[in-house]
Parts: sequence; structure tokens; C-alpha cells
Amino acid sequence: MANLTANFAGIRSPNPFWLASAPPTDKAFNVARAFKAGWGGVVWKTLGEDPPIVNVSSRYGGVSYNGTRVAGFSNIELITDRPLQVNLDEIKQIKRDWPDRAVVVSLMVPCTEDSWQRILARVEDTACDGVELNFGCPHGMSERDMGSAVGQVPEYVEMVTRWCKQHTRMPVIVKLTPNVTDILAPAAAAKRGGADGVSLINTLQAITGVNLDLMAPEPVVDGLGSHGGYCGPAVKPIALRMVADIARAMPNLQVSGIGGISVWRDAAEFIALGAANVQVCTAAMHRGFKIVEDMIDGLANWMDDKSWPSIEAMRARAIRNYVHWSDLNLNYKTVARIDQDLCIKCGLCHIGCEDTSHQAIAALRVDGQRRYEVIDAECVGCNLCFLACPVDGCITMVRQNTEAAVLTWDHHPNNPLRKEAAA
Amino acid sequence: MGARTLTETGTETGTETGTEIGDIAAGRLDATRLAENFADAHPPLTPAQAVVEANRCYFCHDAPCVEACPTGIDVPSFIRKIATGNPRGSARTILEANILGGSCARVCPTEELCERACVHTAQEHKPIQIGALQRHATDWLMAQGTAPFARAAATGRKIVVVGAGPAGLACAHGLARHGHDVTIFEMRPKPGGLNEYGIAAYKVADDYAQREIAFILTIGGITIEYDKALGRDFTLDTLRRDFDAVFLGLGLAGVNALGLDGEEFTSVRDAIDFIAELRQMPKDSVAVGRRVVVIGGGNTAIDAATQARRLGAEEVTIVYRRGPEHMTATGKEQQWAQTNNVRIRYWAAPTCLFGEETTLTDVEFARTKLDPSGQLTLTDETFVLTADMLLKAIGQTFVSTPIQRADDVPAVRNGRIVVDAERRTTLPGVYAGGDCVPGADLTVTAVQDGKLAAAAIHRQLIG
Ligand SMILES: Cc1cc2nc3c(=O)[nH]c(=O)nc-3n(C[C@H](O)[C@H](O)[C@H](O)COP(=O)(O)OP(=O)(O)OC[C@H]3O[C@@H](n4cnc5c(N)ncnc54)[C@H](O)[C@@H]3O)c2cc1C
Ligand SMILES: Cc1cc2nc3c(=O)[nH]c(=O)nc-3n(C[C@H](O)[C@H](O)[C@H](O)COP(=O)(O)O)c2cc1C
Ligand code: SF4
Repeated sequence: MANLTANFAGIRSPNPFWLASAPPTDKAFNVARAFKAGWGGVVWKTLGEDPPIVNVSSRYGGVSYNGTRVAGFSNIELITDRPLQVNLDEIKQIKRDWPDRAVVVSLMVPCTEDSWQRILARVEDTACDGVELNFGCPHGMSERDMGSAVGQVPEYVEMVTRWCKQHTRMPVIVKLTPNVTDILAPAAAAKRGGADGVSLINTLQAITGVNLDLMAPEPVVDGLGSHGGYCGPAVKPIALRMVADIARAMPNLQVSGIGGISVWRDAAEFIALGAANVQVCTAAMHRGFKIVEDMIDGLANWMDDKSWPSIEAMRARAIRNYVHWSDLNLNYKTVARIDQDLCIKCGLCHIGCEDTSHQAIAALRVDGQRRYEVIDAECVGCNLCFLACPVDGCITMVRQNTEAAVLTWDHHPNNPLRKEAAA
Repeated sequence: MGARTLTETGTETGTETGTEIGDIAAGRLDATRLAENFADAHPPLTPAQAVVEANRCYFCHDAPCVEACPTGIDVPSFIRKIATGNPRGSARTILEANILGGSCARVCPTEELCERACVHTAQEHKPIQIGALQRHATDWLMAQGTAPFARAAATGRKIVVVGAGPAGLACAHGLARHGHDVTIFEMRPKPGGLNEYGIAAYKVADDYAQREIAFILTIGGITIEYDKALGRDFTLDTLRRDFDAVFLGLGLAGVNALGLDGEEFTSVRDAIDFIAELRQMPKDSVAVGRRVVVIGGGNTAIDAATQARRLGAEEVTIVYRRGPEHMTATGKEQQWAQTNNVRIRYWAAPTCLFGEETTLTDVEFARTKLDPSGQLTLTDETFVLTADMLLKAIGQTFVSTPIQRADDVPAVRNGRIVVDAERRTTLPGVYAGGDCVPGADLTVTAVQDGKLAAAAIHRQLIG
């Protein structure tokens, strides 16, 4: 059986599934239930200085897609709204009760060395496993020059990280905001500041929807709305890309993957792109802590099937295949193949290609029966029909020219700057 | 979605050796049971169910369901509009193609039509519930109480429609929309044709047929005159003289007879009459036998038998002279009868009706088979069923006398009025549709005929 033990930034946990800093980790009550359910670790809901912040009522917005609830999720909550000492006492008790689980404490205080030094001393007293610096929160705190207001300025990221490394012996994790144009800049800054690892992504600035009766953005608070932080399944592709960019550029920087992770397969994908562990928020808020049972079981079964002995063995295995566009083989050709026996005649392959792409699927009637046929000469192998077809295995993309030599853009005759031309 | 099942009172008696004969009575079940048994057999989808179901639809291109619908409703479009929260648009999409879309949603044999063609049937034998969704959308619009379509400016043209059944109503609505003035002559005291007098009560519960007609008539420009029969109160000649065009939606006025002695026993009835009585009268006043035999193999036989059971008949047997695959009632309808505890016996035909004085007691049947040439023949093997009541459901026929009382008469062939693709009869200015012309005898095909005829009449009048 595969070994699911994870080691992120020197913090060990029995499995790679942590709960991200958010409501699921706001109190001992929730965290104890999470550990009972099997979660490998938690990042405690972000702590700040007293007096605690105040939250609004009506805090979350959701995106339902074709009847699927919470395909995207957003919130306008701030950091914990409970007094600092209450949280610290509970953290201490939890770590004592669950010594084998990872307990990391998320922090956000004003951008002065003094503030960070003070809170680090009090957190260290809980015997937790590490701290995560919340440089990500994109709403409410950023207006107070905290959260993403720090995370968007690499110099601040580096500076605060350095302070923290100086004032604590605990591992320091820097949580990155995706609300930047180049994720590598804050990641490199965290590294320069001495971070033991980075975690990403925090939420994306977003408006989940507009209440058309009230003419106000969701979630509506007394007739008004502000932008929120967006997460859930919809953001996974964005998070994967950012994690992969960091893993490719900075192979020695430890990464905790976050963003839309709902099932074991999502976790496997983050790990394949370099994450040492993963953190989950929305999926747990949507369906409760029990989802971790299949996450653990499914990941272990898949790893056994693929003969991956450990998380570390498979970690970053897809990074070597994550290249720049100019490294792709322009001589690789596929065309769509339709299995006529499986075809249910919905016509979606045809209409998508016909209306919006390459007119490469003919809509025929043979003895009055519908028949959709690929016109090989027109098919560019874009995958559209394959993606739209509702029947698994009905359309496959089949490689055509297995003999052709690899040809990349760098060497392509159409490229005025091609290597051969320059030579 | 589960169909409601039959509820009964009382325990089964030793019916095989029934002691009384001619046991025919009304009010076999108490009022609550009767109300349950004749309530909506398939309750509507909840709004949440409708959205989930609508989201299953793939929005197919050149969708097979559209082609399978005799009125060509744009099914993917109306379903998508349910999913996107546009119920008004959804209902209008339906009614644009089929003004009786609400009735059709309830009575169409969808398992033979749109739902059979649904690609989900090919994929996982679980079609989109098109009928149920169609009902969802049309019910929504009807509840708003506003007409779906506006009437065009009045043209001053007058058209007469004979028969206020589905064909006549669809034609009248199509013409009224174009601004023509329509008069409908209907021989019965109520409109709707078989929607009102024939369809099983639990398919169109809560007076649906009349509510839908009131909704359709809100368009304006349609006048219905009741107790006015073609061939009795006026002739085709006078109609052609007084109106710019004529549409005949006469349905099937005749029924086939068994041709056996004893057919005059009081409790030997046409299933159609029994059903009409059941649709019009309070259920506790409709008399039914304790042991009922129904002869026939179509929907009428199924409906008569099932409703006899639901009135409280203890034993109901349909006897059909051929096999299950030959029945015009669909497999689903046969199953429905069987889940209502109706027994279906195949390959047998009645040969003799026994009775005492005017009262039916027993029916003798001969087993049938196909001879080597494929002809149905009676064998010597017979059996007898004890029966208080016998319902004949062996087919309806078109009666041409009303149209024949005129100087010029449209052609009738194989017992139906001859029409072309535009539903024109052989007589200029006279159109026909529904059961009185060739084709499937369904509500939805009648609507399509009426719709096509209205379009053709409009073209004829306006160019
Ligand atoms: C028992 C039964 C159950 C059925 N169940 C279903 C079902 O579940 N689903 C389905 O799709 N179809 C069903 N049908 C068939 C469907 O009801 C008919 O196909 C449909 O009603 C035909 O419409 P129509 O307008 O042509 O005729 P009809 O509905 O018969 O209407 C004809 C109208 O013309 C009037 N009329 C006739 N002669 C004259 C005259 N001389 N002068 C003036 N008025 C006249 C009649 O009174 C009647 O109102 C069923 C039929 C029966 C008998
Ligand atoms: C209601 C809510 C509150 C959150 N609060 C915090 C927070 O206090 N600190 C923090 O670092 N991230 C916070 N997050 C962000 C999550 O930790 C996580 O980064 C993000 O939701 C992406 O993961 P997901 O797609 O699994 O939800 C919050 C998210 C949600 C939904
Ligand atoms: S792969 Fe693209 S181009 Fe080829 S048939 Fe499919 S949609 Fe058309």
C-alpha cells in the first residue's frame, strides 16, 4: 500500500490533505471533527491583533453551473472574528490532543516588525508546527494594507518573511495571492526572505453574480455588495498553472497546492505539478469533512495501481513535460475518429465544428438515419468535438503521422527568427 | 416519478364462483377512493425537478426528438429555456408549434414519439422527460392567465370550422392569430372533442380540457356555436356559400359492432360511451359491473378497462384477438393496464354472449391463430368468462353522411376524407384534419393537421 505521508516545509502529516485556513479551521470544535474524519493537517483560520475584526451578515456567493451547486464560491469574510487568546488556547489544546497531525497557524498583522514579532512569540507558545503568512486575502484586509496589499508587492513579501524568520524558529510558509500578473515575483521574494515554503492560491478578486432584482453584486449586504474572494472547482485550472510555474522555475522551493481541490484526482494533479501537499476549503464547506475518506482511499488506490510508492516519488513528475509553447512539436497531427456504434446522434460534434471551427464533420443522412463523419482533410485536431461529445469513448483523437520528425517553432520555416535563419 | 396506483376497498371475494348475476352498480368505492383513483396519474414536476431534468438535455443539433414530434416542437430550445429560467419563452416555443401543447404533454404516447427518439434513450435508456417538462412550461404560462400570442389586425375574412376537437381548435387558433374571424360549429354541448369526452380522466384531471380551451380562446376572434351539427342544421354547400373557407375536424362518429347475438343486452356497451359518461358524470353515479370484459386492442380498450377497475370493478379482463405485439395500445399502456390489475388475454375472440332475459351473464370465446397464409382464424378451442358487463372497443369509424348531404362532396377513400399535404380536400376551399383524415389517430397529429390547414387557408386567402 502506497505511503501517503507528506512532508511540506519540514512539517509532517499522515496524509497530504490539509484544511486551508478558513471557516473549517476557525475553532477547536471544527478542527477536532476534521481530525476525527481523517484530515492530515489544518492551517488555522488567520489570526490577527485584538480587538478582533467584525464580519458582515451575508458573506458568501456561489456559482451554480447547469444545476451543479458551488462550482465557484466566493466570500467577503475577513480573518477570525474571535479574540486572539481564545484561538491560541484552543490551538494549544488541539495540538496536544492530536500530536500526529499538522497544525499550522495563519497570521495577518499590520506591516510592522513589531507587530509580527509580538504575535509570533504568542503563537510559538501553542507548540504548533508552523506559521503561514496570509499575504493573500484580496478583500477587506487589503484595504487596511494587509493581506494581498502585501502579497502584491514582492519587496514587502520579502521583508515580512525575513522578519518572521528572524523572530521564530518555526517553519514559515508564505501564502501567495493569485491577484498578480507574475506569480514568480512574490514566490521568489518569499524565497529570498527565507521562507520554508509557499502555499497557493488564495482567493481571486471576483463578483460571483449580480442580483438583478436588487441591482447589486452578490453577496448582497443590505442592498450593497463589494467584490469578494473567489475559489472552489472553478479556480483549479488557475491554481494548477501557478503551482506549476513555481515548481518549474524554483524546484527547491516547497509548495503547498490550494485551489478547487475536491477529489483525490485533483490532489494527484497538484502533486504531479510539484505540490508537496494540498489544502482544501470549498469542497469541505460544501459537503463536510467526510470527503477526506475517499480522498485518502482514492489516492492510495490510484498510487498502488500506478506503482507510486510514496507522495515524494510521484511529486513533480509532470513538471518535466510542462514546457513552453515553442517547445511543442508542430509535426504532431491528430484527427477525430467517431465510433459509429457508440454515436447517439446528438450532432454536437458537427454543430460546434461547423458553426465555430473548421467544418470538418459532415452531417449526413444514410437511409434516413443521421450519420456524422469526420472529413480528415479539414480536421486540424483541435479536440473540440472530442470535448463536446457526451459519450465516453465515442470520439477519440487519433495520431496520424507517427513517422514525422519533431519540428518546433524555433525551427519552423514560417518563423522569421528561427534558429536556422539566425545561423 | 411514480405513477399513482389503484386503491381499492374491501377484500376480494371468491369471484370465480360469483353468485349474483348482472351485478352492475354505481358507487362501488367511497368518494375519497374515487377522487384518488381519478386524480392526476402523473403529478407535475416540481420546479426543482424540472431544472435538474432540463439540465440533462444536450441541446442536440438537428435533434431527433424534434423530428419525432408530429408538430415539430423545438424541444431542445424549450427545454433550455426552462433551464435558464425563461419559462415564458419556453411555453411560447412549445405553443408556437402546438397550441394544445399542454394537452399533448399529458396525453401523447411520448414513449413512441419524442422520448423514444431522445439521444439519452440510445445512451442510457433514460430519455429526458420531455412530456413532463412540456407540461411544466405550459402550466406555468397558463397560470399567468395571459394569452401567449397576439392577434393580427382583423382581415374581415370568415372561416368556419366544424368540430371543436383538437384539430378544429388548432385550426381556429391559427386562423385567429392571422386576424381572420372563425366560427366553430360543434354538435355537442361542450368543446374539446375526445379531449373532453374520450381521454382517460386521470390524464387530464382537474377539468384540464376546458381550462386549456379557455386559455386558447383568449386570443379572440373565435366564436363557438354548440348543438350545431353538419348534415342536420346546415350542409357543406351552405357553409361554402357563407364562409371564405371551411375546415372539417369531424373525428370519428361511428363505432364497430361485434355482430353477435346478445349485443342488445343492457350491459353490453360501446367503450366510448362508457368513457364519455365517466368523463361527464360524477364518478359515484357511473355504473360498472363487478366482472367486466373489454374487447379490443387499442387505447380505448386500455382506458375503458383501467377506468372500470378504478370505479371499483373487481375483475376486468381485456380480450384481444391477436398478440401483444399487434396491439395498437403501446407497451407502456398495456403495462399500465396490468399494474391496474387488469388481466389481458391474447389470441381469443368472442363468439357468443349468454344472458338471462336482458342481462348478460357469460361470454364465450374461441381461441384464435394465424393460418399459414397469415389470416386470423378461429379455432375449435373455446372458453367462457363470467361477466356482468361487456365493453366494445373494437374501433371507431368515420361517418360520412354529414358531408354527403350536399351537392358537392369531397372524396372519401378507405373510410377517411382524402387530403393533400396541406390538408386540402378534393373540394376547393374545404380542408380537413384530425381523426377524419388518414394517419395516426392522436391528439398531436390532429393538432398538426389543424395547424397546417390554417396556414394553407391563410395562404389561400391572403396570398
Ligand atoms: C378512449 C380514447 C382515448 C384516447 N387516448 C388518447 C391518448 O391518450 N393520447 C392521444 O394522443 N390520443 C388519444 N386518443 C385519440 C385522440 O383523442 C384523437 O385522435 C383526437 O381527439 C382527434 O381529434 P379530432 O379533432 O380529429 O377529433 P375529435 O376529438 O373526435 O373531435 C371531433 C369533434 O367534432 C364534433 N363533430 C363530429 N361530427 C360533427 C358534426 N357533424 N357537426 C358538428 N360537430 C361534429 C365532435 O362532437 C367533436 O367535438 C384517444 C381516443 C379515444 C377514443
Ligand atoms: C469563507 C472563506 C474564508 C477564507 N478565509 C481565509 C483566511 O482567513 N485566511 C486565508 O489564508 N485564506 C482564507 N480563505 C482562502 C482559502 O484558504 C483557500 O485559499 C481558498 O478558498 C482556495 O481553496 P478552495 O478552492 O479549496 O476553497 C478563505 C476562503 C473562504 C471560502
Ligand atoms: S478536432 Fe476540431 S477540427 Fe477536428 S473535427 Fe473535431 S472540432 Fe473539427
